[in-house]
Amino acid sequence: MKHLDEYRDAETARRIAAAIRREADIARGYRLMEFCGGHTHAIFRYGIEDLLPANIEMVHGPGCPVCVLPTGRLDMAIRLARRAGVILATYGDMLRVPGSSGQSLLKAKADGADIRMVYSTLDAVKLAQANPDREVIFFAIGFETTTPPTALAIEAAARKALANFSVFCNHVLTPSAIAAILEAPAVRELDAVEIDGFLGPAYVSVVIGSQPYEFFADEYRKPVVISGFEPIDILQSILMLVRQLNAGRAEVENQYIRAVTRDGNMRAKEAVSRIFELRRDFEWRGLGHIPYSALRLKDAYAAFDAERRFNETYVATEGNKACLCPAILRGAKKPTDCRLFGRACTPETPLGSCMVSSEGACAAYYTYGRMREAAQ
Amino acid sequence: MNVTSRPARLAARRLDLAGGRVDLTHGAGGRAMLQLIEEIFRPAFDNPLLSRGDDQAAFDVAAGRMAMSTDSFVVSPLFFPGGDIGSLAVHGTVNDVAMSGARPLYLTAGFVIEEGFPFADLRRIAASMGEAARSAGVAIVTGDTKVVERGKADGVFINTAGIGIVPPGIEISGDRARPGDAILISGSMGDHGVAIMAHRAGLEFETTIVSDSAALGGLVADMVAAVPTIRVLRDPTRGGLAATLNEICHQSNVGMRLDEAAIPIRPEVLGACELLGLDALNVANEGKLVAIVPAADAGRLCGVLRAHPLGRDAALIGEVTADPARFVRMATRIGGERMVDWLAGEQLPRIC
Repeated sequence: MKHLDEYRDAETARRIAAAIRREADIARGYRLMEFCGGHTHAIFRYGIEDLLPANIEMVHGPGCPVCVLPTGRLDMAIRLARRAGVILATYGDMLRVPGSSGQSLLKAKADGADIRMVYSTLDAVKLAQANPDREVIFFAIGFETTTPPTALAIEAAARKALANFSVFCNHVLTPSAIAAILEAPAVRELDAVEIDGFLGPAYVSVVIGSQPYEFFADEYRKPVVISGFEPIDILQSILMLVRQLNAGRAEVENQYIRAVTRDGNMRAKEAVSRIFELRRDFEWRGLGHIPYSALRLKDAYAAFDAERRFNETYVATEGNKACLCPAILRGAKKPTDCRLFGRACTPETPLGSCMVSSEGACAAYYTYGRMREAAQ
Repeated sequence: MNVTSRPARLAARRLDLAGGRVDLTHGAGGRAMLQLIEEIFRPAFDNPLLSRGDDQAAFDVAAGRMAMSTDSFVVSPLFFPGGDIGSLAVHGTVNDVAMSGARPLYLTAGFVIEEGFPFADLRRIAASMGEAARSAGVAIVTGDTKVVERGKADGVFINTAGIGIVPPGIEISGDRARPGDAILISGSMGDHGVAIMAHRAGLEFETTIVSDSAALGGLVADMVAAVPTIRVLRDPTRGGLAATLNEICHQSNVGMRLDEAAIPIRPEVLGACELLGLDALNVANEGKLVAIVPAADAGRLCGVLRAHPLGRDAALIGEVTADPARFVRMATRIGGERMVDWLAGEQLPRIC
C-alpha cells in the first residue's frame, strides 16, 4: 500500500488546498458534480470539504449503481430469488435495499429464499458448478467497471456448457447518465441545478477511456476532469476544474493519468461488446427512463439471460413518496433536505437506496458528516 | 461435565481419533458421551476441579468483587491464521472478564457439535483451548457437550463463561469516561477480522495477515497495578474500534475526538480493507483493548502498555469531549474532519 501513501499525504493536501483557496474567484461560485459514488464516499471519509473555500460546492451525482436501480428491478430480483430451486447470488450491498412494499432481499432470505452473498461474478459461476441441480442467478449491477467481469463469467459459463447459470443484468452506462443530467428538464428549468463542471469517474474511465466525455465538454461547454479516488487526486482535480472555469475553458482533462487513457481498455470493451447490446430503454431511479442507457445480453446468449429464461418482466413501481432520492441523485437536493433523513431513514432502516450503499450520498452524509448538521 | 476421576475404561475400544467422527450417541448422556469427554476434553483441559467429575465446580472465593461474562463462538472457518475457534473461545471470554480490571480465574465450556464432526478436529480444538487457558492462567473447570443432527450446526459452536476477581480499589466501567480523558489503544486495528475474511471461501487472496487473538488478562493486570485510575477498558471486537467507542460515548454521555494519523493499522490490513471496501475501524479485533484514563495518567499508562508484548504498538489516539450528541469525530489524515460511526448492518457474519 506504500504507493497510496503519497496520495494521502497531509502536507501535499494542505498545499493543493491552499492553491484552490488562492485561485478560486471569490466573485463567483463553483458547483462541481462528482459523478461517481466512490468520489462521494472519499470526499466525506477524508473530510475534503473542510479544506475547500465556501464558494466551491460539491454536488453529489448518480454514480452509485445500487442507488440508481429502480424499485421495480429490485422487485424482479426478489421474485427471481423466491422461485423454487433458485439460488440468487448477489453483492452484499444489495441485500438491504428496499423494494416496493417494504420488501428486500434480506427479508426474502429470512423467509427462506436461497440468497448468497458473493464477492465476484466468478464466485457465482462456481456456485452454479457446485449446485448442478439448482438454478443459479447472478444479480449483476454496476457501471462499466463491473460489466467486463460479468461478460467474462458468461463466456466461461458458455464454455463450460453450464446449463444452470444465468445473469439478471442491470449494467448501466455512465455517459448516458451524464447526458440525462445535462438534458433533464429538471436540471434546465424546474430545479435550475447549475453544474459548472464534472469530476469524472476513475475506474469507469479506466475501461471506457476519456474520449466519451469529450462530447460533454464540446456540446455542453462543461469541463470534465477524470479523477482518481485518493484525497490528493480529488483535491488536484478540483483545482484543475477551478483553473478551467477561471480561464473559460471546457475541456476533458485527465488527472488519473496513472490508469486512464483516451481509448480505455480495448480488451475489456471487446469482451463487453461480444456479450452485451444496448437496451432500448432502462429506468433509472432519479433520472427516469433513459433510452439506450443500459445493457442486455445478446440473443446468442439469451439462455444466460435470467429475464428471458424465467420470463420476468419489468413493472415500474413507486418508492416511498416522501423519499428525496430521485432529486438527490440528480444533484437537485441534498440529503439533509429530505425530511426522512436521519429520522425515519437511517442506515439501519433505509427507506431510500441512497441510504443503503456506502457510495450513496445519504449514507455518506449520515455516516461521516452528520455532525456538521448538528453544529448548524 | 460428568467426568470421573478414574482413568475410565468404560468402552471396549478407544475412540478412533484419527479417522472417527462424532455421532448422536456422543451427546446422549451415556457411555459414549463419557468416552468423548474422557478421551478428548479431560486430557486437554486437565485441572483438579474438572477432574473431580462433578456436574459443577465448587471453589473458594476471596472477599471483594467478582466479574463474570459469557460469549458464544460460531466463527467460520473454525481454523484460521493466528488461531481457531478453541483459542478464540478462551481469549474472548477471558478478555471480557478482564475488561472490568479483573484477574480471570475460571472458565466453563459448552460445546454444540454437529453429527459427523471429525474427532481429530475436535481434539485439535480442545488442545488449543487447553493451551490458551493454561497460558492465560485460567482453568476450564466445568462444561457440557451436546450433539445435534447433521445440518443443524456448522461443525462446532462453543460457549464459554468466565469468572474473575476485581482487585480492591479498581472501578472500571463504560459509563465512567469524562471530558478531557485520554483514549488509548493497545495496538493495530483490524487484524482479526481481515485474517478471517481473507480465508473465507471466495476471498482467497494472498495475505500474511494473522488474527491478533490473545488473552489480555496479563496486560490488564499490569495496567491496573500501575495505573489504578483507569476509568474504562473494552476490547474492540465485533464492530471494531468504531462500535466500541460509540458504545462508550452512549454509556458515558460524552463525545470523542480522534486523530486518524495516530491510529495504528498494518499496511497489509489497510490494503485488504481497500480491496474489500471496508473501513479498518469497523473490523473486529480479538487481542486489543481500548483504555480511557484521566489525561494526567495517559503517558504512564502508555508506557505500561508498550512494556508488555501485547501492547508494544500502543498509541494515544484521542480525547473524550463534552458532546450532548455523543459523536465520535476524527481529524482525518489530510486535515479534514469526519464522524466515526457504527457500521450499519452486518459487515460479515460469524467473525467470532
